[in-house]
Amino acid sequence: MAKSKKQLEARSTGTIPKTLTGISGLDEITLGGLPSGRPTLVCGEAGSGKTLFSIEFIVKGAMEYGEPGVFMAFEEKAEELKANVASLGFDLEQLEKDKKIRLDYVHIDRSEIEETGEYDLEGLFIRLGYAIDSIGAKRVALDTIENLFAGLNNTAVLRAEIRRLFQFLKSKGVTAVITGERGGSGLTRQGLEEYVSDCVILLDHRIINQISTRRLRVVKYRGSVHGTNEYPFLIDDEGISVLPVTSLQLNHEVSTKSLSSGIASLDKMLGNSGFYKGSSILVSGTAGTGKTSIAATFANAACLRGEKCLFFAFEESPKQIIRNMRSIGIDLQKHLKEGSLEFYASRPTLYGLEMHLVAIHKAIKKSKPSVVVLDPITNLITIGSVSDVKTMLVRLIDFLQAEQITVMFTALTLNNIVNEQTDEGVSSLVDAWLLIRDIESNGERNRGLYIMKSRGMKHSNQIREFVITDKGLDLVDVYLTEDGVLTGSAREARMLMEQTGEVIHAQAVSRKDRELERKRKILESKIESLRSEYESAEEELNKVYVEEALKKQIMGETISKIAGLRRGDNGGEEKNVNKNK
Amino acid sequence: MQTGNPDHPDSTQSADFFSLRLFIAGASPVSARAVVNIRAICEEFIAGRYELDIIDAHQQPLLVQQDDVTAIPMLIKKSPIPIKKLIGDCSDREKVLKGLGISY
Repeated sequence: MAKSKKQLEARSTGTIPKTLTGISGLDEITLGGLPSGRPTLVCGEAGSGKTLFSIEFIVKGAMEYGEPGVFMAFEEKAEELKANVASLGFDLEQLEKDKKIRLDYVHIDRSEIEETGEYDLEGLFIRLGYAIDSIGAKRVALDTIENLFAGLNNTAVLRAEIRRLFQFLKSKGVTAVITGERGGSGLTRQGLEEYVSDCVILLDHRIINQISTRRLRVVKYRGSVHGTNEYPFLIDDEGISVLPVTSLQLNHEVSTKSLSSGIASLDKMLGNSGFYKGSSILVSGTAGTGKTSIAATFANAACLRGEKCLFFAFEESPKQIIRNMRSIGIDLQKHLKEGSLEFYASRPTLYGLEMHLVAIHKAIKKSKPSVVVLDPITNLITIGSVSDVKTMLVRLIDFLQAEQITVMFTALTLNNIVNEQTDEGVSSLVDAWLLIRDIESNGERNRGLYIMKSRGMKHSNQIREFVITDKGLDLVDVYLTEDGVLTGSAREARMLMEQTGEVIHAQAVSRKDRELERKRKILESKIESLRSEYESAEEELNKVYVEEALKKQIMGETISKIAGLRRGDNGGEEKNVNKNK
Repeated sequence: MQTGNPDHPDSTQSADFFSLRLFIAGASPVSARAVVNIRAICEEFIAGRYELDIIDAHQQPLLVQQDDVTAIPMLIKKSPIPIKKLIGDCSDREKVLKGLGISY
């Protein structure tokens, strides 16, 4: 805010000097405030907030910018005025004591007044001049000057005098706000003030579909560019806040940091990291698909990371949400207590779309969250057309992106809407779009989740089954079989069946193993018997050899014995035999 | 700039005593005219039972605020009640008399 103010001041130096009003948002629209030292007309119908505008201009000037101001009331008495603005936290009594503000009530009652000839309004000028000089006022508000016409008959004189009054204010060098009631055809009843003012701001209070929206428009601003649109504004316990409808450029900072969605398997689908910080996420689905649960999980994850989350509930009360989320294992109450989570619940029909936008803006500016959840945006449709909601959301997304706030919308899609692109028309604006669908088959309904888009991310193209358990949310791989995609109990059945198959298969395998074992054993025993057969054969063979050797030996011995017995001449022969042995 | 009847200095409460205050702005023609006109009327109709304060608004801005003066010249009849404010240069004699509640 401080930065933007600096920018505004810097920008205003190029044109005529401007005075900051202190009315939030107006200084942005007028690029720096009202023209300094010149009169500005604020006109509007009854109850459009003219008096509040003028008093806020004076009070903010005195309190925030050190510029004393004179408030000249033609309608309300000083006491009434003090009482009326006390609710906004403006202590006029004290400001008056401190000589920062001067209130003057001008009362003109036709019944008390008789016109006896020529006159002018010099008395008013003297009073005003005196009031300005007595506190060195820089700002003046006149509310509502037209009341002079009700009290006095001579309109020719009044017109001339009002013209002179504007000149007088200019000569005094005060920045003035003059309020005027809106007339039939022109901006004011007399059709005069708008021409002598340097800046004209029109306040409007319109009722569409029984819901009122306040709007503000800068009709003219001499010597300066200004926003020309109608800007919705809000009057609440802090006065007026105006919302600049659209930011002028598309040049906000982007972050490559990512935030977890709170569902690990979903993060995996989103390129393993989650959503980008400052991006906008749309979660859409039919009724009862768990959109709020996803949103709450996301909020919960943010709170657990220690970030601040603002939850806008347009359907359920905060207590309802907390109770319901407890059933899936998410304790939001804890975050609420710690202050990391804030709820902002309001009925969509409470006020118009624009007012909602302003209220959302205000809430965000106040609590500065890093994550915002809007649940659901569909309910806003009840108070505006699709195009209205779209433009509102465009502006909201715009604002949030500029502030680097990650936002998650939930949207209800109706089954009868064939076209998937109709999610309040925001689907093209958001950065990531999760779609939850009902998958109806085999007499049951299951949830399928897929990522329609996720800008700048390598995201999964799979349809995953989305299950809500009492421990939170999870995504399950869907079963792709020859029969198609299986979910829910069909998936469970399939899984069971496959498990049975495995058991049977294992059984079969083990039987084969045993048979093999048996065969091996048989063969081994066969081998054993063969070996023993061989051994016996070998032994048989060996026996022959030994016998033969023994025979030889014995025969040798026998021969030598015989030779010995012969004692003959064959001694040598005998020796040879022995040698051979 | 006090004019009036010295014989009745303190009888402001009496029913037929007129306490008048005229606000003018310096010496503008219309102010001068107003002074001349109202004096003439007073002398003619309520001679001896009126007091007339003539105040230059420029000199006494606080009084201007107190008496809730807007148009000038303004003649304020403080008594007898009801309080009445007459604006203009008092050239319309009939209206002045009616405003002051003087039957003629």
